[in-house]
Amino acid sequence: MAKIRGSIVVNIEKCKGCEVCMVTCPTGTIAMAKEVNGKGYNYAFPANPDLCIGCANCAMVCPDGVITVYKTKI
Amino acid sequence: MVMEKELRLMKGNEAVAEAAIRAGVDGYFGYPITPQTEIIEYLMEANPSKTTGMVVLQAESEIAAINMVYGGAACGKKVMTSSSSPGISLKQEGITYIAGAELPCLIVNVVRGGPGLGTIQPAQSDYFQATKGGGHGDYHLIVLAPASVQEMADFVDLSFELAFKYRNPVMMLSDGAIGQMMEKVYLSPQKERSKIVPDWATTGKPATRERNIITSLDLDPDRQEMFNRKLVAKYNEIREKEVRFEEFQCEDAEYLLVAYGTSARVCQKSVQIAREQGIKVGLLRPITLFPFPTKRISNLAAKVKGMLSVEMSAGQMVEDVLLSVNGKVPVYHFGRMGGIVTTPEEVVESLKSKLIGG
Amino acid sequence: MVEFSGIKEIIKPENLVYKKTNIMTENTLSYCPGCGHGTAHRIIAEIIGEEGLQSEAIGVSPVGCSVFMYNYIDIDWQEAAHGRAPAVATAIKRLLPGKFVFTYQGDGDLAAIGTAETIHACNRGENILIIFINNGIYGMTGGQMAPTTLPGMKSSTSPYGRDVKTMGFPLKITDIVATLPGSYYVTRQSVHTAANVKKTKKAIRKAVQYQKLNKGTCLVEIVSNCPSGWKMTPVQSNKWMEENMFPYYPLGDLKTPEELPTK
Repeated sequence: MAKIRGSIVVNIEKCKGCEVCMVTCPTGTIAMAKEVNGKGYNYAFPANPDLCIGCANCAMVCPDGVITVYKTKI
Repeated sequence: MVMEKELRLMKGNEAVAEAAIRAGVDGYFGYPITPQTEIIEYLMEANPSKTTGMVVLQAESEIAAINMVYGGAACGKKVMTSSSSPGISLKQEGITYIAGAELPCLIVNVVRGGPGLGTIQPAQSDYFQATKGGGHGDYHLIVLAPASVQEMADFVDLSFELAFKYRNPVMMLSDGAIGQMMEKVYLSPQKERSKIVPDWATTGKPATRERNIITSLDLDPDRQEMFNRKLVAKYNEIREKEVRFEEFQCEDAEYLLVAYGTSARVCQKSVQIAREQGIKVGLLRPITLFPFPTKRISNLAAKVKGMLSVEMSAGQMVEDVLLSVNGKVPVYHFGRMGGIVTTPEEVVESLKSKLIGG
Repeated sequence: MVEFSGIKEIIKPENLVYKKTNIMTENTLSYCPGCGHGTAHRIIAEIIGEEGLQSEAIGVSPVGCSVFMYNYIDIDWQEAAHGRAPAVATAIKRLLPGKFVFTYQGDGDLAAIGTAETIHACNRGENILIIFINNGIYGMTGGQMAPTTLPGMKSSTSPYGRDVKTMGFPLKITDIVATLPGSYYVTRQSVHTAANVKKTKKAIRKAVQYQKLNKGTCLVEIVSNCPSGWKMTPVQSNKWMEENMFPYYPLGDLKTPEELPTK
């Protein structure tokens, strides 16, 4: 059976660390970085990239449009 | 081919409305208030949406009407509103935004007495409001003061010409007497509505240009000050190039009356009466109140013994006359208030008692 | 651009499923972290792009947090005085009837100072779209009571909670608009979850299509959050919104036209 795999790209300099994407992610792919970006925010990043299914929920709720989503069948 | 002008007998208010249709105005947005309601009534009756395509809309308030003017002007259209003093006060917020966004438009004020609800009779007590800003911030309107029904018609076209030339709101400062009186008026032939779209207009962004933004906001102090300086330069250019006035028997005058609009008509008669009594009086009628004919009045101050500013107000334009004269000769004010039109005899009496003595 | 990527092999153009629309500019949004304004902006920009409306759209931005909306969506804009956007939009649409004209207004702008303009534009059935962001507070001036602030809700001008006896009741202006013969499509949505974003996008797309029919005013209310004004984290604020705002401002259509648009 084909498995759906996803991947996200986060523009971390524009991320404001609101955590809304992290809460929305159904698979626990996203976590907040311990480091801060240039604006002082703990940015979101794909901490568990293998879990991503490319559902794009994170990108849809991101107020700052910093997430790009890719998806493929393996 | 030169088209004949059409002769009609009309109220000043009706003349503005008819002239607006003929000038190819794209939109009128108004709200009823005495003594200028005939303007919107005439437009509704004439129904130019069927002929020229001009939009005529009765708004829910003067505030809405002036903001409709903002929206229409920002599309590069020839749009206007009209009201009378209390309604013009309500429009001030919109007017300062229009000035701040550098939009062209025409605002007609058929002035009535105030303050507050005041009276519905004619007055000239909105001079400060019209020429010194009216709303908040550093800005000026170009202010035209018609003294006849003919000028109420003619100044519609002139207003839009100036408004678009300088990207600045223009106010036609009339009063209840000229708005309501009937005179013969020669009307210009129908013009087509302009198809020219100014490059700054918001009409939908084609791929070929950057987006147009109409706003009066800039939170950066340096940029905002730069914009303020740009406005100042514009107003100075207007002061330099657009002063309009009319002189009546000033050549040998020893005394000068300064009056605009209805008061200027009265003062023509006063000049006659005074001259019959052997007093050499002249009249200067500012047609533009901003820009004010400062230089001409300053020059005349070197020739006359004194000036009397005649206005149907407690004395407003007199301050600009005083500034122009700058102490060279005595300057006094005379005017009736409360909706009372000054009589020519009263003016002569005032001139004699204040300037000549006895 | 500094990026953090997931699995590199999947990141190929043919696998792209979601990317910020280029109708949004590259300017950084001025909103606080987690604020719904950004999401609402993006939905509008996506629809403008997908419906091919960039050259047709004229937006009217309000006074409030979203005053600078013209910096974020790449279309022609007019910035209106506080509350006057529906009057401004009225004239634009009357003079340029072929264009897509919309306003974007907050609760203070639309439901307090601009109540008359809102009600009368809708009552005339102006063929404009009004996007109404209701977060129950004045965000830009620092969290004062809004016409839509809930009973008992604290703000800097209702520090002991909104006392309806002295401060009045929250105004359900969208419900009022729905009763007007001039309004055509009136709905209330939110943008705090992916599912709600999809619904809101569908609603705005419908409103855009309805507007082309010239049958009246469309109003889409988006119940949203204000983490800074409410003094909560963004995630807390979304939860609080579900528990407190939605019961008072229930999501769903308030007025649906019977005639569906033909594309």
